[in-house]
Amino acid sequence: MRPPRGPVFLERRSYRRRRLIDAARLLPLLGVLLLGVPMLWPQGPEQGVPASRAILYIFGIWAGLALASALLVRRLPDEALEAYDAGVGDLPADAPNRRPLRSDEKAG
Amino acid sequence: MVSLNVLTAVCICYGAFLFLIAFAAERAGRQGRSGWLKAPMVYTLSLSVYCTAWTFYGAVGYAARSGLEYLTIYIGPSLVMIGWVVGLRKILRIGRSQRVTSVADLISSRFGKSNLLAVAVTLIAVVGTTPYIALQLQSVTQSFAIFAAPEGPGAVADTQSLALWVAAGLAAFTVLFGTRNLDANERHHGVVIAIAVEAVVKLCALLAVGIFTVWGIGGGLEETLARIDAHAALGQWQMDNGRWSGLIFLSAAALLCLPRMFQVLVVENEDERHLRTASWAFPAYMIAMSLFVMPIAVAGLTLLPEGSNPDMFVLTLPLSEGQSGLAVFSFIGGFSSATSMVIVAAIALSTMVSNHIVMPIWLKMQPGQGAMVSGDVRHVVISARRVSIIGVLFLGYLYYRLSGGGTALAAIGLISFSGVAQFLVPMLGGIFWRGATRVGALAGLATGFAVWLWCLFLPSFGDGVVLSQAVLAEGPLGFGWLRPQALFGISGLDPLVHGVLWSILLNALVFTLGSLLSFPSPMERLQGAQFVNVFQHSGTPRSWSGGTAQSEDLLIMAQRLLGAREAQALFQDEAGRQGVKGVLPEPSADFLLRLERELSGSVGAATAHAMVSQIVGRAAVSVEDLLAVADETAQIMEYSSQLEAKSAELVRTARQLRQANETLTQISHQKDAFLSQISHELRTPMTSIRAFSEILRDTPEMTAAQKARYGGIIHDEALRLTRLLDDLLDLSVLENGQVQLALAPVRLSEVLERAIDATRSDGAEMVIHRDRIAEGALVETDADRLTQVFINLIANARKYCDAPRPELRIAVSAEGAAWRIDFIDNGSGVPRDQQAVIFEKFARVGEQKAGGAGLGLAICREILARLGGSIAYLPGQGGAAFRVSVPRRSAKAAR
Repeated sequence: MRPPRGPVFLERRSYRRRRLIDAARLLPLLGVLLLGVPMLWPQGPEQGVPASRAILYIFGIWAGLALASALLVRRLPDEALEAYDAGVGDLPADAPNRRPLRSDEKAG
Repeated sequence: MVSLNVLTAVCICYGAFLFLIAFAAERAGRQGRSGWLKAPMVYTLSLSVYCTAWTFYGAVGYAARSGLEYLTIYIGPSLVMIGWVVGLRKILRIGRSQRVTSVADLISSRFGKSNLLAVAVTLIAVVGTTPYIALQLQSVTQSFAIFAAPEGPGAVADTQSLALWVAAGLAAFTVLFGTRNLDANERHHGVVIAIAVEAVVKLCALLAVGIFTVWGIGGGLEETLARIDAHAALGQWQMDNGRWSGLIFLSAAALLCLPRMFQVLVVENEDERHLRTASWAFPAYMIAMSLFVMPIAVAGLTLLPEGSNPDMFVLTLPLSEGQSGLAVFSFIGGFSSATSMVIVAAIALSTMVSNHIVMPIWLKMQPGQGAMVSGDVRHVVISARRVSIIGVLFLGYLYYRLSGGGTALAAIGLISFSGVAQFLVPMLGGIFWRGATRVGALAGLATGFAVWLWCLFLPSFGDGVVLSQAVLAEGPLGFGWLRPQALFGISGLDPLVHGVLWSILLNALVFTLGSLLSFPSPMERLQGAQFVNVFQHSGTPRSWSGGTAQSEDLLIMAQRLLGAREAQALFQDEAGRQGVKGVLPEPSADFLLRLERELSGSVGAATAHAMVSQIVGRAAVSVEDLLAVADETAQIMEYSSQLEAKSAELVRTARQLRQANETLTQISHQKDAFLSQISHELRTPMTSIRAFSEILRDTPEMTAAQKARYGGIIHDEALRLTRLLDDLLDLSVLENGQVQLALAPVRLSEVLERAIDATRSDGAEMVIHRDRIAEGALVETDADRLTQVFINLIANARKYCDAPRPELRIAVSAEGAAWRIDFIDNGSGVPRDQQAVIFEKFARVGEQKAGGAGLGLAICREILARLGGSIAYLPGQGGAAFRVSVPRRSAKAAR
């Protein structure tokens, strides 16, 4: 007897998508933190970090962020975001995107 | 060396090239071949309008002066783009669902469509952008001057007029492609594609100069890096931390708030999903634009003579190396940056100025009610746009002239950023906080703008130009805590960071306090919910293109309110009237008025107006929500009509029940009456029979004549009893359906003849009118039974007609497959309250002429029911009237 795999697969996939959305939301924060690091560097003509290393660090982080963003976008289909917006999340891909109005919500 | 004439020719050719591209794109868009125009890459490239001439030329100068600080200008927007899931996506969705046309529109629309707020935002935007446009004009004239320098100072003596020419050319381009059509979407395919091409041009130009610097002059990557490290001023990391963080914040805010960025990011956006590509492609573009800035700066500083303008290294470096071709390319790159910025900024500003300042004034100046302007006002809007574009560019030129185009102008870039960054507070506050109010937004903006003016804008003209040295040093009127660059006595901060910090902080503080202390209007609250919960409200994003989409939406809405068939008929009719093929008419003003009228019948005038104007123009509630309302309204209407129907049915049933009850009560009374009657009827003959039979038995001395008389009475009474019992038996047989019918064709006249003959024995003097011709009709029935009915009716008439000269009219007429035989006398008829019961058993009208047992009509009814006909009382004929209808062919015979 085989276990029912469909629902488990769906659940796992939507869970994964949720975490990807979390990652996408946290990415700019990570960028702010990493690009804030230069503020901690020693300054001044003598012991200051060489400009070339600063350039390599900043551009490296920057390009890494862009790359991470590209990878996230690739892994994160638009429907996942739509479902996330609508607050359903676990619906299959072919389900309608509209969330039914709750009874306590006004339609207008 | 490139001559000025060649350069001018290059500029003109480049301009013509842009015209051609924009024209081709517009034409492709009109012909529906706009697929490639809507590619996500085009969107991303159009965002590069962020990189103006100030960044193209100025970044190198910035790097030469302040090292790596220039990177902040590119890092901020990159971070915003990378975080698109959090902020930009929401702004885009709001822009789409609310059909926002500018940053002023966004803010005013969020805060209850306040025009005052829109005017405030527009004015700040104009004040913040004008110096920036002047900066572009300056950079173009400066770059011209670089090429003109070898030809002597006289060659380009008139840089002012050159700036004017550039401004005029840009105005022409913008007017041509920015106001070509008044699309509800405010999208300009031609402009966007031209901007995208310019983005490629400027990127390639800067990369070309950079590659030439690194590999052409510098001797490779490692050597270039080494040379940077070796530079005395720029070799080490040296940064004011406040500026580093402050400028990243400022440039990030600028991406959202700058009118031109809002234009390309939100208004010109074709598809929300383009943001996905832009989220990594835009940062990549920014990286590419800033990658070679530092090497060029260091190379310029080391190779070019002391005192060279670092802002022009991008041009002077290739020129000094004899690469005039590269220099011209670089010049075109700078020209591209300047033109794209000016074009988009002019479009964005003109939209704001015309929508929020010119049009309201124009509408006010119209005689009569402003909103009721009839006819097409689009030409007015377009003219307003064109005038605004020219006005904005002229303002920029004027600023350039008045400021003298010196270094003061170069410093204004960041100050301009910080001015428009004031929008950030109401913008983010508005889309993430439902409690934000118009009062808070207005007060916050006013505060932020005032602080910005005082701390940044006015001092930017230089010491003693607008603010005197004394004010800068000691504060106005000696108030030290109001010193423009050390508010509240906090000195030591970088003036820019100081100004940004205080203006944004105070703006946010006043915004929050104002919002907390004030109460929003209903419109504000509605819009607040729409904005903050935009993802719940808007559903899947749809693109709005052209009039048919609107008509379709109108049809969908109308169907929900009018019903599918009526709505389609209405639309088809209108389409036919307009001469349009298909079902969907153009949403013309006449049609909308008509539709609105139709709809107002269903939902009331105010709602109909709101709904139509929602779909056609821009109104408070999103279409989806209105559709939901429409659905709900339709449901409620259906429900209430169902209720109405049900309640009408109940009323009907109740009336029927009441009638039935009345009938039953009456029948019950009659039964009681009959019982006493029948007992009386039975008793009377029985009593006389008993009495006379007792006399016969007990009186032996009776004469024969007396015996005969008494015997006759007993016989008559017995006959009466028998008749009564016969009638009752007959009725019960009829009611039980045990009767045998002898069906045969017979003429009505024969039946009537027999009936009249049978009743004539009474010897009454009643006149009977007959219609001999009609009576000739053949009918297939049981003649004996029908005769019985007729006898009954005629006898009744003889018995009950109370006229002095009783008359009976017998009329025969055809009614479908039946004959109608009416018996109408000239008596007083049957009283209304009796009409309902005369066909019931034992019913007798009144107490007059007590005769039958009240079974006659009941028997008639039963007989006719067997024969497939009916009998009814005909009121209002001047006397008692009975209508008998007999089928021409018996149902039984037909079988």
